[in-house]
Amino acid sequence: MTKYIGQRLVQALLTLILITLIVFFMMRLLPGDPLLIYLGQRAELHDMTDEALEELRKEFGLDKPIMVQYVNWVAGALRLDLGTSIFYREDVGTLMKERFPITLYLGCIAMAVSTTAGILIGLLAAVRRGAWPDKIISPLTYIGVTIPAFWLGIILIYVFAQKLGWLPVSGFTSPFKDFVQSTRQIILPVICLSAFGVASTARQMRSSMLEVLPQDYIRTAWAKGLSERVIIIKHALKNSLIPVITLIGVGFRVMIGGSVLVETVFAIPGVGRLMVSSIFSQDYVVVQALTLVIAVLVLLINLVIDLFYGWLDPRIRYN
Amino acid sequence: MSDGPAVIGKAATVANFQEAPPRISEWKRFRRVFFGRGMVVVGSLILLCVFLTAIFAPWLAPYDPYKPGVGNPLEKPSKRHLLGTDNLGRDQLSRLIFGARTAILVGFVSVIIAAVIGITLGIAAGYSRGPANPLIMRLMDALMCFPNILLALVIAAILGGSIVNVIVALTVALIPTYARVACGLTLSVREYDYVLASRLMGFGNFYIMFRHVLPNVFPPIMVLVTLQLGAAILAEAGLSFLGIGIEPPGAAWGAMVSDGYQYMMSNPVLSLAPGLAIMLTGFAFNMVGDGLRDAVDPRLRGLL
Repeated sequence: MTKYIGQRLVQALLTLILITLIVFFMMRLLPGDPLLIYLGQRAELHDMTDEALEELRKEFGLDKPIMVQYVNWVAGALRLDLGTSIFYREDVGTLMKERFPITLYLGCIAMAVSTTAGILIGLLAAVRRGAWPDKIISPLTYIGVTIPAFWLGIILIYVFAQKLGWLPVSGFTSPFKDFVQSTRQIILPVICLSAFGVASTARQMRSSMLEVLPQDYIRTAWAKGLSERVIIIKHALKNSLIPVITLIGVGFRVMIGGSVLVETVFAIPGVGRLMVSSIFSQDYVVVQALTLVIAVLVLLINLVIDLFYGWLDPRIRYN
Repeated sequence: MSDGPAVIGKAATVANFQEAPPRISEWKRFRRVFFGRGMVVVGSLILLCVFLTAIFAPWLAPYDPYKPGVGNPLEKPSKRHLLGTDNLGRDQLSRLIFGARTAILVGFVSVIIAAVIGITLGIAAGYSRGPANPLIMRLMDALMCFPNILLALVIAAILGGSIVNVIVALTVALIPTYARVACGLTLSVREYDYVLASRLMGFGNFYIMFRHVLPNVFPPIMVLVTLQLGAAILAEAGLSFLGIGIEPPGAAWGAMVSDGYQYMMSNPVLSLAPGLAIMLTGFAFNMVGDGLRDAVDPRLRGLL
């Protein structure tokens, strides 16, 4: 196990270094001088002398070789100094501190919903394979995987907010401020964010359950005279859960991506919306910082899942 | 020694017997499994419709999709304009039909380029016993840490939001999946005896990779390609919904959903129709991909 953990950590570290390289050099692909792009955002700096420009270039460290700039940027990121937003004129860390909790709050609820609902639905479909629950669930999971999150959001708003008036159209309130209003506001976004997760988890659960059910030890359990409930929950469920766990890592990545769209539709002031607005206001410092933080987050979650996976299933460790 | 010929004779009969059972042709078996499921047939029919629409768009569309004022702005669905008109008085049905072109074009080009690059990287990584493997695979891991839509969004934003750049962005986002699958498959294929035999016969690595590894990696990858086409079309829709991608007069389903959204209360069809088109196309690619998977290799069921 120690060897496995060590291997995984080294791999993750390598991946982390590559992530920083990708983010840094992707931003450098921007056509033009980063300094001039920066200046283009600020009208009062437009008529600067060349000397003042050089001065500014030195201040930002843009006169140094590119590798030095990269190292400085990584060193800054390690100190949690991700730069200052051009548009908001605020420290990027501060901007994120306000928005990340919102995205993660919604995300965690959506992850919990997709995992529990997905497992239960997939289990039902597998146990009643070919019967009516399966016949209804299977096509629905296909729709759930392919329905565009933003379109689902629009339909939900139209039906439940505009036509029926049961839930608010959009917005976000902190649950600590007004719990009831906050909960009413997050119902629709959470449905949108978890649609893909529920459907893909249910599909994975169904197929891995169908692989476990014909196994010998399940037949033995039946032969022992155990009840169906005990066989499904104690024997079959445990083993078929293993592939479902890896889906959580994928699910988290898809969900963060989906939050870009869902937060736009529901006007939720989270990271996804900050990302979109920063892209449109060409606030590359924010885009760079957000891309880095999100990728590192995904990496960490996948690392934890990998380690957990290795602990759960010894076969993985020796492979 | 005396029973020697008898044994040979017996072995010969066994051999003959084994050759005897009639072989169902691969194509027949494929057809039977593929079209055996109703959902797959429905998916194939939807795809056929989408393809035909995309190809024959100029002949199918009742109006010029880019010309404003072929009707009054925001007309309700009627006989003249089956899906109504948008805020500029353009015929929504014609725009929907031309939107199929955008979706299919972006989907196909990005998925195929991504598959070619991804498979090449994956086979190289899987076949190599040197540093190429960890290097390529860690790079793919790193790319996989970026949510697809986010990576595509950032790349498209950096390069500028033209349709070509959206294709580039989606391609980069889709490469790692192919590389991973191809690498995994290559790792198992390279252990087979026919690869060893080929090497003993003195063939070079490139020849072996191309002649032996690629054909064996190909069928499962085809399944992945089909599934990814659905994903790419969904991602393109997401990008154009956010306003990145095709330039204004052009028609893209995601952008149409977003434009129609403002008029949801007065004319919901404007937003519902393109959304439905996105979903049905994605759904069809998924169904066909699933059907292909079962037909190509039943053992892969549920693995990809």
